Amino acid sequence: MTDPSTAMTDPTTGGRDGFPHLVRAEWTKFRTVRGWVAGMTLAVVLVVALGLLSAAGSHASCGMGGVETACTLTTGPGGEAVSDRFFFVHRRLDGDGSITVRVDSMTGQIRLPDASPGVRNVVAGVVPWAKAGIMVKDGVREGASYAAVMVTARHGVRMQHDFTEDVAGGSGGVSPGSPRWLRLTRSGGTLTGYESVDGRRWTVVGTARPAHLPATVEAGMFVASPGDLTVSRGDLGGASVQVRFTEATAVLDQVRVEGRAGGTWSHDDVGVAYEADGRTPHHPGRFTESGGAFAITGVGDVAPSVDGVRVESTLSGLVAGLVAVIVVAVLFVSAEHRRGLFRTTALAAPRRGRAFAAKAVVVGAVAFAAGLTAAALTVPLGARVLRANGNAVLPVSTFTELRVVAGVAALTAAVAVLALACGALVRRGAAAVTVVAGLVVVPHILATASVLPLSVARWLLRLTPAAGFAVQQSVPEYAQVLGYYSPQGGYYPLPPLAGLAVLCGYAALAAVLAAVRIRKGDA
Amino acid sequence: MRRELRAEWTKARTAPGTAWLLSAVVVLSAAASAAVAATVSCTAGGCDQDVPRLGLAGIQAGQAAVAVLAVFAVTGEYGTGMIATTFAAMPRRGRVLAAKAAVLTGLTLAAGTVAVLASVLAARLILPGNGFTAAGGHPPPSLADGPTLGAAAGTVLYLALIALFSLGAATAVRDSATAAGVVCGVLYVLPLIPRMVADPGWRRLLWQATPANAGLAVQTTTHLDDLPLGPWEGLGVAAAWAAAALLGAWLLVRTRDVRA
Repeated sequence: MTDPSTAMTDPTTGGRDGFPHLVRAEWTKFRTVRGWVAGMTLAVVLVVALGLLSAAGSHASCGMGGVETACTLTTGPGGEAVSDRFFFVHRRLDGDGSITVRVDSMTGQIRLPDASPGVRNVVAGVVPWAKAGIMVKDGVREGASYAAVMVTARHGVRMQHDFTEDVAGGSGGVSPGSPRWLRLTRSGGTLTGYESVDGRRWTVVGTARPAHLPATVEAGMFVASPGDLTVSRGDLGGASVQVRFTEATAVLDQVRVEGRAGGTWSHDDVGVAYEADGRTPHHPGRFTESGGAFAITGVGDVAPSVDGVRVESTLSGLVAGLVAVIVVAVLFVSAEHRRGLFRTTALAAPRRGRAFAAKAVVVGAVAFAAGLTAAALTVPLGARVLRANGNAVLPVSTFTELRVVAGVAALTAAVAVLALACGALVRRGAAAVTVVAGLVVVPHILATASVLPLSVARWLLRLTPAAGFAVQQSVPEYAQVLGYYSPQGGYYPLPPLAGLAVLCGYAALAAVLAAVRIRKGDA
Repeated sequence: MRRELRAEWTKARTAPGTAWLLSAVVVLSAAASAAVAATVSCTAGGCDQDVPRLGLAGIQAGQAAVAVLAVFAVTGEYGTGMIATTFAAMPRRGRVLAAKAAVLTGLTLAAGTVAVLASVLAARLILPGNGFTAAGGHPPPSLADGPTLGAAAGTVLYLALIALFSLGAATAVRDSATAAGVVCGVLYVLPLIPRMVADPGWRRLLWQATPANAGLAVQTTTHLDDLPLGPWEGLGVAAAWAAAALLGAWLLVRTRDVRA
């Protein structure tokens, strides 16, 4: 035993009731109980092992016909995965200038799910995001920087650039008798899009500064038509998404290019895929010209792509790890009540709210470290394994990857504090563990991996502490891309930090209630 | 055996948490079922929903309370040291465990029946407002319908099996929080493992082996061909887990010292 007089006043920690001293006392309790340390280690091991296991089991290959290759992604100027497939009728433009067209009509065809197997079921129609308009692009390479102003089938006039940026203009599409005029003007690095109903009174749609636009660009008309989506029941309660072929044909005339335009009109089916023979294009676009009117048919989309594996899919073991964290955090407080140690703690630190705060600091810090270790190992290693197995992993910026890793650490810490507070409020271990698991883990599992309808799943991830899982979403939902944005696919209804804030709110509320109860109640 | 049963019944009756937890089974199940029913809609475009399963969806929440009830039934005694007295008074430990299991099964069947009836009633009241009408071809769940009655009865049995599994696991672990962690892991996290496996054969096998996946198959009334195993076989899987847990608990209780 140490001499009591020295133990009671330690100058480096500000006395025995100083907060740093309390934190140290709680930390000593934590690290000397083998089961708790083992529990936290188990949490890390579960996350890493389950994550790598699922990554290792995920193989993919792409290709057409019998030829299989590793899946590759086209990336845009911002480094994100993009889809860059459209029919482009273009000519060279040196320096500043402008291009003007009139879009007269837009028609197309959509392949519906086969009514009788093997028989193509194609109907006339255009998908909502079918696009026709004018574009200025850094060459015809897939993924090159661009700015465009366009008419869409259902979303009015849009000004878009560099795949992710999208600004809405006037509403309404084109139909015979009511054409739409479009103009794109370049002045240095800035492009301005205009629209008009009569070619005389123009309104600005938006301006854009593409990331990389050289002095000489390709300017011209383009048409694209993204695939149509069918969502159907998958096996084991999942959903399977099928993308079907569509094409759009637009008639554009009154084409005028001002500035130093060179050469004649040339055309490219940008991003077209080829059949197994490597020569025959698969679903090619086409164009005809007569008397200054161009009828252009395009397939595909010029937009960010969400078709691929997301890095956070390697965190599938996180829920299992969190259950272990919850058990340890609850034990950290309930064991003390059960064994009567709390009476000693309360004697040593009569301001019991502070003793509880010290516990929260310790368990939060330990859980943060565990979450950080787990995520920092799993995300990069898992992504590497996924890529090695031929999966197309959607690239994200280093900042986003760091946010995912740090976010998972913060999520783990907040869950631990919530569990600690519930343990102090309920005092019965089993009840506290079940309540916290029921608040955090169960809603997330139900929302992401069950047969629950989409709307229920979304509400669960808005209202419950499981909203915090949003912090791991690395690829945002794009309004200009039709997709099945479901929690099952990894799309959360709240933005990452807002989701984390919901969880932290629950944890803070529970901590305050627990502190009040501890201060008022008996030991 | 009657002595043991009476003792366990008295304990269960007088323990402070029992009444609360039994009500929680009913309230959680009914509330969650009502919440699910309130947020689904059956539009003219199509509704590919398994209506009885929707009505019983709240059991996913209610089973947590069943698990806690089972965990408390045994860890409460270990936590306070009461277990030493129990075994001193009734030295045939296997019988004590059997009596605990019998009392727990009875309580769970009773609460589970009320929970299932309340869930179906909630769904019956709410679903017609969301387009699930007999005229539209998707009548709200009714126990007069054979498959629905089977799903409801199977769900009650499933809850009893979950209680028995939890009792066995808690007896083996002896600590309340750890036992709850293990049971929550088995009920909610284990069902995810099949999704992490890419190989279809393994995926199917793991799905069949998971008690919560396979056991809740008993609620399915449509698209039965999509299931890796039949509804009642699924309940058999849950029963196998319960039996294994109880067997393990029996062996441990007989051979181990009473102190946690």
